[in-house]
Amino acid sequence: MSIRVGEAAEAPEFPTAAKRLIQDSQIRRNVRHATDVIRGKRNRVVAELDDWEQLRASAHAIKEHTLRNLVRYLEQFEAACTNAGGEVHWAQDADEANQTIVGLIQAEKKSEVIKVKTMTSDEIGLNTALEAAGIIPSETDLADLIVQLGRDQPSHIVVPALHRNRAEIRQIFRREMNLPALSDDPEELAAAARAYLREKFLRVDIAISGANFVIAETGTVCVVESEGNGRMCLSLPQVLITLIGIEKIIPRFEDLEVFLQLLPRSATGERMNPYNSIWTGVSPGDGPQRFHVVLLDNGRTQVLADEVGRQTLDCIRCGACLNACPVYQQTGGHAYGSVYAGPIGAILTPQLQSMQHSQTLPYASSLCGACYEVCPAKINIPEVLLHLRSKVVENRDAPVYERVAMKIAALALKNADRLSAAQSVGRIAQKPFERDGVIANLPGFLRGWTAVRDLKPIPKQSFRQWWAERDQSK
Amino acid sequence: MSIAKQVILTRIRDALARSPQITYESCPREYRRASALDVRSRIELFEDRLRDYGSRVYHCSSDQIADSIALAMRNAGKTALVIPDGFPRTWLPDECTFTLDNGLSYQALDGAEGVLTGCAAAIAETGTIVLRHSGADGRRALTLLPDYHLCVVRQSQIVASVPEGIQAATEFATSPITTISGPSATSDIEMTRVKGVHGPRTLDVIITEP
Ligand code: SF4
Repeated sequence: MSIRVGEAAEAPEFPTAAKRLIQDSQIRRNVRHATDVIRGKRNRVVAELDDWEQLRASAHAIKEHTLRNLVRYLEQFEAACTNAGGEVHWAQDADEANQTIVGLIQAEKKSEVIKVKTMTSDEIGLNTALEAAGIIPSETDLADLIVQLGRDQPSHIVVPALHRNRAEIRQIFRREMNLPALSDDPEELAAAARAYLREKFLRVDIAISGANFVIAETGTVCVVESEGNGRMCLSLPQVLITLIGIEKIIPRFEDLEVFLQLLPRSATGERMNPYNSIWTGVSPGDGPQRFHVVLLDNGRTQVLADEVGRQTLDCIRCGACLNACPVYQQTGGHAYGSVYAGPIGAILTPQLQSMQHSQTLPYASSLCGACYEVCPAKINIPEVLLHLRSKVVENRDAPVYERVAMKIAALALKNADRLSAAQSVGRIAQKPFERDGVIANLPGFLRGWTAVRDLKPIPKQSFRQWWAERDQSK
Repeated sequence: MSIAKQVILTRIRDALARSPQITYESCPREYRRASALDVRSRIELFEDRLRDYGSRVYHCSSDQIADSIALAMRNAGKTALVIPDGFPRTWLPDECTFTLDNGLSYQALDGAEGVLTGCAAAIAETGTIVLRHSGADGRRALTLLPDYHLCVVRQSQIVASVPEGIQAATEFATSPITTISGPSATSDIEMTRVKGVHGPRTLDVIITEP
């Protein structure tokens, strides 16, 4: 078995990488700007829906139900997809998935493929495997193209090139597309990408995609996107290979009504993203005539086995937790050493690798709870972080990790807003442990602290809040 | 059964061995699944959203569709559009040129001035057009390669919310479906919204009675 999550096993640990990145003021400015903009848009469109909380509750429940019935739903999907003319392959790990995909492309005697944004393919290192087999993969999502042409790594799961500004993008395009006169106007940069990729869309006859949702009942696949590169890849080539993590499944077609409301508002702050492509198997005379699905495990079944950790698999990859995270905002995505950055990366990356690598990632958080608050699938990320910390401590000597935790807490506590956010989450988190005004039993690795002493709970009101209210009531 | 499949399914069974069942029916569904908006308000909201996306919106009665198409084309500076096989011929104005998509090559579609289609449903709240890629909607490549898309939406096709739109689409769940909400766009460069990356840069809509 070779479970791989990009280069995460070889990447420097979070504190080392973060320290270097925090000194790069250009990256910090770019990340700050981008996350501020998306957060603002997200908050506006989420506020429009008075049933947002009900949607989150449904999404969480549907995902939990699906995971409990995963065998049934995967088999149902396979049967429906096969029935509609698709061919389903299963892959235990990154290598098996890569071999399958390379084999399918070689059987078609092709040496070039176009790709729609798929984090899962970055997870398994597909591009490297394709290149090693002499196959040229072309990324077609604008941000992925910027990352690929810049020989860079993605730093965000929705906006992978968010750490780059327009001047840097111009430089990459000038060099790689041979356009010396290109300006740094976003319109012109996007037009350059349109012209560069159009030729490939019309010529390359095989595409690789990921999927946002796959529907067990009907064998249907749904890809959510904005630029139209997804539609190009999903409708023009003769052959389509879709790589799907086994947790992407949902039971019924009508469940889309929940997820297609939550995802665009959370991911890009739009009421709806410009395009959704929804297809089932092969349609004679329209779109790809050979359709392969690769269902990927790569550590997901191990995550499923952990009763606290399994909610990580509810994730719909919207990126909202990254944009909301005070630690991510400081460090950017590269510090996480994984294709999955931010709070979701901090819980997903180490779990996929059986807690054998990336062990500082569960400490890459101040536990302020902002990620939980925005998560459309209602994943209790702070709970999973604490749970994973306790697992790390079981494996290793604790003090090193406590020091890391302190350093990261310092990032959050330097600023009053963040402190108060952390306190309000702490107040909720401590509720189950509070008895008669003291906290006597904390879970996980915090148990060591409360075993010999009681802890005073965080008061209902902080000094700052009391002071502010006192001013108002005057 | 492939070995990989066997192994994965066994691992899932082992992972869940001690977890209680959660039924589908027990999942809460307390969000809005239907809305109280009447036809007038649905049309207004839909138009509002489309204008937000930068679309031109035209209204007409069922016997003025040809005139509206001619007007929309004039305003967009188009003289010839491609139409799918199932597009009603009676809606076509005489003064413009229309090419039938009887399996045109991608190159031919790429070179076309634009495309004229119907749709299967529309969602007011999100300004979304739902194509089911048959009849008057055309195949997938048709509404993708040309730079201009003019779409005729009947008032009765407009539902208020996303759940109602998905419920409508359940009828044709296994046809290829594309939902379109405004022209293609990207915000990948410093979060500046740029309209028109790979799909049509302009999407105009004619809303017709009934
Ligand atoms: S964990 Fe939640 S907020 Fe974060 S990417 Fe996944 S779904 Fe979005």
